[in-house]
Formats: sequence, C-alpha cells, structure tokens
Amino acid sequence: MKYLHLIWAALFRRKTRTILTLLSIIMAFLLFGLLDAVRVSFEDAGKSANGAERLQTGARLSFIQTLPKSLEPKIAAVSGVKDVAYANWFGGAYQDPHNQVFTFAVSDNYLDVYPEVLVTPEDRKAFNEDLNGILAGEMLIKKYGWKIGDTIPLQSQIFPNQEGSKNWSFKLVGVMKSKDGDAFQEGMVLLHWKKFDETTPYNQGEVGWYISRVKDVNQADRIARDIDALSANSDHETKTQTEEAATRNWIKQMADIGLIVTSIMGAVFFTLVLLTGNTMMQAVRERTSELAVLKTMGFSDNKVLALVLGESVLLLLLGGVIGLALVSAIGMVLPTMSGGMINNTHVGISSWALGIALASGIGVLIGALPALRAMRLNIVDALAGR
Amino acid sequence: MNFLIGLLAFFAVIVGVMVFLNLSWPALLVVLVLLGLWMVLTRRGRQAASVTSIGVSTLTQRLGSSAVVVVGIAGVVAVLVAMLAMANGFRETLKRTGSDDTAIVMRGASASEVSSVLGHDATVVIAEAPGIAKDAQGRPIASPELVVAANLPMMGGNPEEDFGSVQLRGIGEMAWELRSNAKIVEGRKFTPGMRELVAGKGAQRQFQGLEVGHEIKLGNQMWKVVGIFESNDAMESELWGDAGVVGPTYRPNGGNSRTSVFVRLTGANAFDAFKAALVSDPRLQVDVDTTLNYFSKQSEGTSKAISAIGIVVGAIMAIGAVFGALNTMFAAVATRAREIATLRAIGFRGLPVVVAIMLETMLLALIGGLLGGFLAWLVFNGYTASTLAAGSTGQLTFEFDVSVALLWTGIKWALAIGFIGGLYPALRAARMPVTTALRES
Repeated sequence: MKYLHLIWAALFRRKTRTILTLLSIIMAFLLFGLLDAVRVSFEDAGKSANGAERLQTGARLSFIQTLPKSLEPKIAAVSGVKDVAYANWFGGAYQDPHNQVFTFAVSDNYLDVYPEVLVTPEDRKAFNEDLNGILAGEMLIKKYGWKIGDTIPLQSQIFPNQEGSKNWSFKLVGVMKSKDGDAFQEGMVLLHWKKFDETTPYNQGEVGWYISRVKDVNQADRIARDIDALSANSDHETKTQTEEAATRNWIKQMADIGLIVTSIMGAVFFTLVLLTGNTMMQAVRERTSELAVLKTMGFSDNKVLALVLGESVLLLLLGGVIGLALVSAIGMVLPTMSGGMINNTHVGISSWALGIALASGIGVLIGALPALRAMRLNIVDALAGR
Repeated sequence: MNFLIGLLAFFAVIVGVMVFLNLSWPALLVVLVLLGLWMVLTRRGRQAASVTSIGVSTLTQRLGSSAVVVVGIAGVVAVLVAMLAMANGFRETLKRTGSDDTAIVMRGASASEVSSVLGHDATVVIAEAPGIAKDAQGRPIASPELVVAANLPMMGGNPEEDFGSVQLRGIGEMAWELRSNAKIVEGRKFTPGMRELVAGKGAQRQFQGLEVGHEIKLGNQMWKVVGIFESNDAMESELWGDAGVVGPTYRPNGGNSRTSVFVRLTGANAFDAFKAALVSDPRLQVDVDTTLNYFSKQSEGTSKAISAIGIVVGAIMAIGAVFGALNTMFAAVATRAREIATLRAIGFRGLPVVVAIMLETMLLALIGGLLGGFLAWLVFNGYTASTLAAGSTGQLTFEFDVSVALLWTGIKWALAIGFIGGLYPALRAARMPVTTALRES
C-alpha cells in the first residue's frame, strides 16, 4: 500500500495515453455491465420467494389450448394446494394494433395469489364491484396518462365481443403497483374473467391456465404431478410447472441469452487485452531507465515486478469500477427514459464481483509480460540504454 | 485560436462520421480517384503521397501498435456484422416464405394466423373468388389451413421437462401444389385421414423424435412422422399434417374451421381484383394480404430489435476502439515527431502531413474492417439459430446471413472509426511547433 503513490505516478506519467486507455477499458466494462444485467435479469426471471410457491398449469398439447373450468375444484382438492386462481389471454392493444398492452382476464382471487401486486383496498373493492372494471399497472398508467374512472378502449387480437367487434371498452377502476419491482403485472391490464367469458362467443367456460399456490414449497414437485394426474389420458391433459421453470423455458425458447452475451464479451475482452497490453508494454519500455534507477536504489526484483503488475491491475480496476458505476447510473435513468420498457438494469452484487474479478484477472494477464521484463532488467544494460 | 481549431476538428469529426456511415461504394470510388489525381497532379498532393509512403513503409516496424488498431476495429466490425447478420437472416427467411403472387386470407383484424378463425363456409367462398390460378384439373389452387401449436421436447433437453413450442399446420392436398418449393427429402407425404405428419428440416433440428418412422405424442394421441420436407423458408420450422385430422384434435367442437386460406393468384396483378372481391363480399369479414407482405410484417419487430441491439453494442465497442486507435496514432506521431518536424523544416506544409497520417490510419482501419467482416462471415454465415417469432406459435429456425451489404456496412463503420482515430493525432503532428518537435527525443 505504501507504494500506491509510486504506482499512481507511474500510471499517469503520460496522461493522454493513460486516459485514452482508461476510456477504452471503461467502454468495455460499460458493455459488460449492461450485458450482464440483461443476462442476470433473464436468469432471475420468475425466481422470487412468492414465485417459488406458485405452480402454473397449462394444456399439455400446446399453450394456445384452453382447459375446462371444471378442473378448478379438482385442483383445489389436491392435498397441499392452498388456493387456485385462473386466467385467460386477452391480447389487448391500445389505440394502435402495434401498441400491445398485455391483458389477462382473471378470476376474482387472482390478486390473492400474487401478494407482490399491491392494490389499495378501495381499488380492490371497486374492481370487485364493477364487472366492466379493469386494473392497470402503474407503468401503463404513466405511459398512456390514464386516470381512474377513464373509459379505456382495448382491441383484442383474438376475441370479438357479443357484437362481433374486437374493440372492447372498459372502465379503469384501480392501479396495480409492484412490491420491490417483482410483479410483472406492473405493465399489464387485468379484467374480469366473468366479463370476458360472458361477452365473447369464442370462450365457453374455458380457462387459459391455472395458477395454484402450494402450502409447502418442498412438495411442489409432488403436487405438480398430482395435478397433472387429474387429467391424464383425457382430451385435455395438463402440464404443471413451477413459475420459475415455466419462465426459464420461455426464455430458452426466445434466445440463448447466455451464449450471445458470452460471445460478445469474449470479443470485447480479447480486444481489450490486446489494446491495454500494448499500452503497458510501451509504458514499461519507455521507463526502462527509471526502473533501473529504482533497482539501483535497492528495490528488489520482486518489488519491481509487483510495481509493474500493480500498475496494470490498478488501471484495469479503475476502468472497471468507473464503467460499472456508469451502468448503475444509466440503470437509474433508463426506466424513466424508456417509459418502463427496460426495467431491470441495476448492477447486482454478483455482477460487481464478476466485473472486479475480470478486471483483476485481465490486469494480471496483461501486466505479466512487461512485469517479467522489468524484473529481469539488468541495471547496467538498462542505464546504458542497451 | 486553439479553441477554434478544436471546435472545427470536432465538427469535422461529426461530419466525417456522418459521411462515412452513409457512404455508398461509387461515392467512395470517386473520392479515391479524386485523391489519387490530387496526389499525382499537385505539388502538395505529391508531398502527401511521399509522406504517406514513408508512414506505410514503416508500419511493419510498428507491428504491435498497428495491430491494436486493426484488431480493435476487427472486433467491432465482427460483432456488428454478426448481430446484423442475425437480423438479416431472420428477415430474409420470413421474406422468402412469401411471394407477391400468393395471398393469405384471414378473419378481419387478426394479428396472425393463430388468432384467426374461418368457418368452413367462408373457406369455400374464398376459393371461388376471381384471380385464383387453376391446377391441371381446373380446380382453384386455394389451400385452407389450420395453424395450431404443439409442445414437443426440445433437442438436448430433458424429454419430460424441457418442452418447446412448434407450429403445427393442418393442410390439404392443394398445399403441395401451392408451395411448390416444399420437397420431401426423406420418407413420404402423409396419408390424408391418418394421424401422420411430415416435419420440416428446421423443426427436426430443434426437437427430439422427429425422425421418419418415429411416433410423437401430441396431447394424448400418438402421431407418426412419415417424412421430412425441405422448403428453405419459415415453413421448414413447422410440422404438417392433414387438416381434417388436426382440426378435430385441437378444436373438438369446430373441427371444420380453419385459420387461414392461402391461394395462388394468376399473377401479381390479380391481387387487387381478388382482394376487392373478398372485401366487398357480404358473407365474409376478412383481411387479405399478399404473403410477401404478411410474412415481411411478421419479421419487422424482431429483426428491428436485433438490429438495434447490434448497433448499440457495436457503437459502445466502436467508442472503445476509437480511443484505442487514438492512443496508437498519438504514439505513432510522437515517435515520429522529429521526422515530421524535419519534413516541415525543409518545406513540407501541414496539409500533406495531416493527409498522410489520416491515410495511414484509414488503411489500418480498412484492414481491420475487412478482417472483422471476414471473421463474421467465416464463423456466422449459415449459423443456425432459432427464436419464438412474433405472430407465430412455434420456434422459428433461421440462418445468419452475412450479405455483401452487411460487409460494406462493417467497412463503413471501420472507416468512420479510423477517421476519428486519425484526425486528432494528425492535427497534433501538423501543428506541433517545429523547434519543440526537433528537440524531442
């Protein structure tokens, strides 16, 4: 530690060069931070304490297939199931068919199953009493400037109402907020399944999927099997998964996020190693005589090695920390800028740890060669400029 | 004065980047020819040429630092081109699926095939519309089809747990006539009325058990895979079966309904009449589109999103590479400071020096761009990926498509990076007081 000022002075011996190198490193870690945040948010999707006790039951045949509502009491009767809610896909769009608004038609107890969705008791009461009422997530309300009491026209991409038109209209009666940003309903609209079922001729007592809460998380697998056994060999076989498994499955089908992130980062860091390595080589070559002076003054070979190594590690750490800090700053601004589209770009502890480990590792890697050269320096030759 | 030059340089950077990013290759050719003429015909041009040749001939002695520029830019271009190739491949696959002489008819305001329903009567009416081509027996080439989804275990996953979604299309015999590009490459076509399927090659790569002779379980029924087909478009990611058998399986109370009708028109110009006839028919409430238009629209959102990600990532990397290039070129200028000062002392002007250093950087950038583009082409051209596409209910398999246009985009980016990376060091070299520079060691 007592040599920190020495390392620092050596690092900023040529200001322009160090700052330019530092900026490249910052860019690399900025990219790392952003991509890692994306990877983590995909990996963590569905991995919450509340999510662990929820099971999703859908048709085994395919996700567009519906299930009979008669399954509800049967699932509720499976031992270990606390309560059962259900929902249907509505597929809404607001004003323009491209403005997709995710909309579910849900059972009355749907909100009970999702305790992370915060709705004030008044709003909840208003929703329960008004069959034509909808609840909208906070993000949507902000995005479109809706107010409680507004009539909201929503276009379903699938279901016509009793007049055969796919333009439905609802009354906004309440707001859904998210506890700790855990609830995906923050960006959604919920309407009454009863209203949906009564209105559209295309749905006759059918349910898209069931969500059941289990009493004991450790028994989730057994309960999932029991639920699937209820309809085995019928014409509506089910597939029950924990929320986490179901979400992971969807993401895997969307894209191999891990692979994409890893290959981009591979390219970025390979470039970084080459670039910074070259700078370090140059820096050490320039200071050959200075290093010789240090050795003459009694710095041991190992100390010189450590000094040069410390310089490159410090450079990388400096860039890494600034880059990741920038990501955190962007993460705070981005949700408001993108109108809630991008929500989860905070840098977690694990990203910080990984980033700092990477920075130190790369620092050692690129410092190794110049440091060894500095260590093996022969004082006489170096001072003579040979 | 210094501030003014800084400001001018800054504007030059912005204008330069804009120009380079929007450059078309004939324009580049013209610029190169003009530059060449200038170098041959004018005094300053000849000076610039000789200074450049000194710089370029000493490049090999500065291999390490020159490599930094090349590799840095190659990395940017490789990542950018790879991401854009992904978007491009996705778009092209869907575009190939459609043509402007085939049309798709769906229920009005349906976002995609899956969310559409057409009753049996409607499908009959549609097949009688004017403008539809006839086959050898004089029947209209109209294929009512039923698109649904099926869950199948994914390749490389646990067969009990890792289910993926595949699009299952119920078709009639006219579908083969309509899609003449679809060829059975293994096994045979399914027999109408039987629980038999043919699988696309893309679907076969993505899911377990899609081998000729195997049986797969859809819901509680067993279906036999009897053939594999190849169509080189989005359809290849599907399973095809007899609509008359698929219907009752998926729609127990509406087995006769279909999701869409595909028709072959007598020609692209027959579309307007065909559409007008259907839209004005009081018995129908349908949307009519050419398949080219329909499938291109389906790819729009996803390919735009992939391109946007590619450009953002590429831009961040490019900024990093600019600093790398600046660093290298500043160092190059610094090591040659005396050399440059000597040239200026014996009468060389500033402009040739600026041009020479810019050209040197651009040359390195060009090599980097070519290398990056080549790498992206080598690794990713034809690389297979899959995603759940918007508007489809199944995994869509597509191949990365590294086209010439994309490689050109990559080279333009490389040149833009080289331009910024060279400009400031060049200005510094030209403006360094000769006396100071000569004293520098």
